[in-house]
Amino acid sequence: MAAIAQPMAAAPAERSQGVWAAAWTRLKADRVGMVCLAVVAAFMALILLSAAGIVAGGWQLEKGVPYANPGFLGQRPNVEAQSIDLAAPKGPPVDISDIDPLAPKYAEWDKRAAEIQTSSPPRAETLPFGGDRWGRDVLAKSIKGAQISIFVGVFAAIMATCIGTVLGATGGYFGGRVGDFLEWVYNVFTAIPNILLIFAFAAVVGRGIDTVIVILGLTGWTGIYRLVRAEYIKHASREYVRAAQAIGASHPSRMFVHILPNISHVVLVQLSLLVVGFIKSEVILSFLGLGVPIEMVSWGTMLAEAQTELVIGKWWQLAAATAFMAVFLTAFSLLTDALRDALDPKLR
Amino acid sequence: MVPTLAGVILLIFFLFKFFGGDPAEILAGQVATQEQIESIRRQLGLDQPWWVQLAIFVKQIVSFDFGKSWMTNEQVSNIFASRLPASLTVMVPILVLEVCLAIPLAMLVAYYRGRLIDRAIVIVCVLAMSISFLVYIIVGQYLFAFLLGWFPVQGWSDSFWKNLTTYAPLPIILATMVSLAPQTRLYRTFFLDEIGHDYVRTARAKGLDERRIMFTHVLRNALIPILTYVALLLPGIFAGAFLIEIFFSIPGLGREIYLAVNRSDYPVIQAVTVYLAALTMVINLVTDVLYKFVDPRVVLR
Repeated sequence: MAAIAQPMAAAPAERSQGVWAAAWTRLKADRVGMVCLAVVAAFMALILLSAAGIVAGGWQLEKGVPYANPGFLGQRPNVEAQSIDLAAPKGPPVDISDIDPLAPKYAEWDKRAAEIQTSSPPRAETLPFGGDRWGRDVLAKSIKGAQISIFVGVFAAIMATCIGTVLGATGGYFGGRVGDFLEWVYNVFTAIPNILLIFAFAAVVGRGIDTVIVILGLTGWTGIYRLVRAEYIKHASREYVRAAQAIGASHPSRMFVHILPNISHVVLVQLSLLVVGFIKSEVILSFLGLGVPIEMVSWGTMLAEAQTELVIGKWWQLAAATAFMAVFLTAFSLLTDALRDALDPKLR
Repeated sequence: MVPTLAGVILLIFFLFKFFGGDPAEILAGQVATQEQIESIRRQLGLDQPWWVQLAIFVKQIVSFDFGKSWMTNEQVSNIFASRLPASLTVMVPILVLEVCLAIPLAMLVAYYRGRLIDRAIVIVCVLAMSISFLVYIIVGQYLFAFLLGWFPVQGWSDSFWKNLTTYAPLPIILATMVSLAPQTRLYRTFFLDEIGHDYVRTARAKGLDERRIMFTHVLRNALIPILTYVALLLPGIFAGAFLIEIFFSIPGLGREIYLAVNRSDYPVIQAVTVYLAALTMVINLVTDVLYKFVDPRVVLR
């Protein structure tokens, strides 16, 4: 008897797996997904280190000669770096002190200049992955650029997701007048071609990291609004929501405590799709000079510099920015796919 | 449609009214006296209350008279007339080419679902989509135009045929290559959807050969979602190629609005945005009507 009773007693104690635990189990079985998760996690660690100033803190330092060759191409002739020395005039300087009206002041200026300490650290001939026009390390720039680009992409996506979710929840849950009004707002935003909307916002709000996030967030919420609204319409009349109403849960409580967790997988997948899209948009905006300010670096500003560098044969900045971006975005896109498969097993 | 258009006008008006800089100060430039700014303000009606300004704005839109560009003094209507043909010369071939290439490719991939060729093409698509559009243009322009000299690096002429045969091919090829990957991936799912249906099994059961099943039965049904997607892309032909236009110095609408953003040329930005939104709505309406002919199940309300 005891042998039979034991498993009977154990069964209720073993709770069925939650949605997230089940999704995690499925995700762990997906080998591609796990590799991508590792790559994305590595990037996140890298940008945290870079934000803390531990890695790539000195990306603005001019460590090498202009257009320093990458370490593995050390022997390559570097005409651009030599041309600086050539620019100095040859031969003895002509003495024009008797007609030069500024001549009496030179001694004083020299003295004052001497008071200011300047240092010109020795410049390296080669850098690990080459240098840009001012001799800055391309590798450090790429890491710093990754920090800015990913930061902008993630925060803009969070902003767009919040706007889209709140509006979609309100429109889908209440319906009626409120829903019609939000549908109208949605129609207005989608009637304008996306790039024109971004340009119109960019024309009025100026430049800067925060404004790029605001622009992308305010223009990119429409897709997620549509999906969340459809889910809320479906869920609002379900029994568990009516049960919540019966025990006295308020509207906001039903919307965000009861329904939201049940559709959070939709939101999460949309969020990661938006991150990929927004990083690409940020790169294009920064490339056009409508994105991050010039004292910052992002993958977009690197590509803007790389365009002119490529013509004189300096390809490493282009290669570095492209490689960083391609690896991160590929990993992130594949992770999104894996996440969708893991969270929505019915889909296939 | 009318409420939406009204919303677009309101959005653009309030966006520029409350967040944009003071037009009078932009117009007057760096060195201007207070009187000059005041007189410009009076001229533009900026000293009026906001509803009067809104009325002026609506009147401009309805009468198709946006006045002149602030910076170049060109008539805004003239900007449309002269920039639109260039945009269309580039964008129409791109749209036609990418759709015509992506459909057979997607059909092939969907047919060999799960096999090596399918997986290879899908992975190549993901990789290709992860590289920025900018990189394709930079490298393509450098390689094919600068190094190999097959095409001019950039330029445009007055003759349509010269544009189409000399200056447009490289931009068209590059843009088509870029949009091929996402479209192939998307159409693949449409084909997979159809292949899973019962009618395909029925067709196989009655002994039709694979070619007939794919080209007659599956293709026809898969074309419906594909056409929906193409209808979504259609409004993009006006300003969608702005990057291409900027890189290749093609005097199109996309490049014009980018230049207008850079010089804070509000009338141009406002006019292009409002009119393209209206045009987009018209196109969507027309495609909705046409849709009924493609798919008889659709009932127009």
